[in-house]
Amino acid sequence: MSDPHTHHNHTHDCRRFLDGLSDYVDGTLGEDLCRELEAHMATCENCRVVVNTFSKTVELYHQLPAPELPDSVRERLYKVLDLKPFVLPDAPDTSGNQ
Amino acid sequence: MRPNALLSTQCRMFMTQRERMSTSHDDQLVTRLQAGDQSAYAQLVEENANRIYRLALRMVGNEADAEDVLQETFLSAFKSIDRFQERASLSTWLYRIATNAALMRLRRKEPVQVSVDEPIESDDGDQIPRQFFDFCCLPEESLMREEAQAEMKRAIDELSPTLRSVFVLRDIEGLSTQETADALDLSVSAVKSRLMRARLSLRETLSQYFSQGPVITNGRQPG
Repeated sequence: MSDPHTHHNHTHDCRRFLDGLSDYVDGTLGEDLCRELEAHMATCENCRVVVNTFSKTVELYHQLPAPELPDSVRERLYKVLDLKPFVLPDAPDTSGNQ
Repeated sequence: MRPNALLSTQCRMFMTQRERMSTSHDDQLVTRLQAGDQSAYAQLVEENANRIYRLALRMVGNEADAEDVLQETFLSAFKSIDRFQERASLSTWLYRIATNAALMRLRRKEPVQVSVDEPIESDDGDQIPRQFFDFCCLPEESLMREEAQAEMKRAIDELSPTLRSVFVLRDIEGLSTQETADALDLSVSAVKSRLMRARLSLRETLSQYFSQGPVITNGRQPG
């Protein structure tokens, strides 16, 4: 295994597969390319690390807690827009209860 | 476990992260909005304010500017609702207005934008990863602890606004590639290209951060 902290001498194959990295992580890479990429990863340690950490990076950002709109900001927004807060009973009932 | 075992399912998986507003819901709401129904305006705000604030905060990086972007977005939307065309959903239209407002604010603050996020490129233009620390094996509680989350947010702030907008809409807000393209008035291929560059840049930053071990040494920053 190569030193994980040193630069990787990318082969032509490595670069070709890296082009499809986003599609691979999103599950939209063509099946043939997908199989080729996975076969390549089985023999190229650094590309395996790049693919795994690329995928993990996207996953971590998906898990990042979403900031909530503070009540004070919401109140000022309605004031600026000169609106009365939306009354929920006007919304369609999606609970299945009539 | 074989190295690729976790990833092999990617071949057959298509990630859909966000349900679209139903067309009929949008149609009814737009009709009421264009008729000047005040409760429709309030409904539009109630259904979208949270996500627009989230987008604004990720784009501009501070609460005061995010609040301004939020207000500008709805003021602008109210003014231009008569010109709304149903090429995109209402929420995508609002994302577009909000992103433009955020980008305008960033340009005013940083008129000379120096991009620090461009990935390293080879002579023939390929993007070349430089960090090979495999942080996937770190405990989940280390990866998602508060300090790591702050680093993740800082890494977003370091992206150029053009990459940041694509990444936030696609990977944080969960829009599809097409919806992101619609919101930013970009081609699908441009969205994919920018998303790839943003993700590569963030991967580099996180790899470097985790390789220095702050999250597994009681949260101390590396010296």
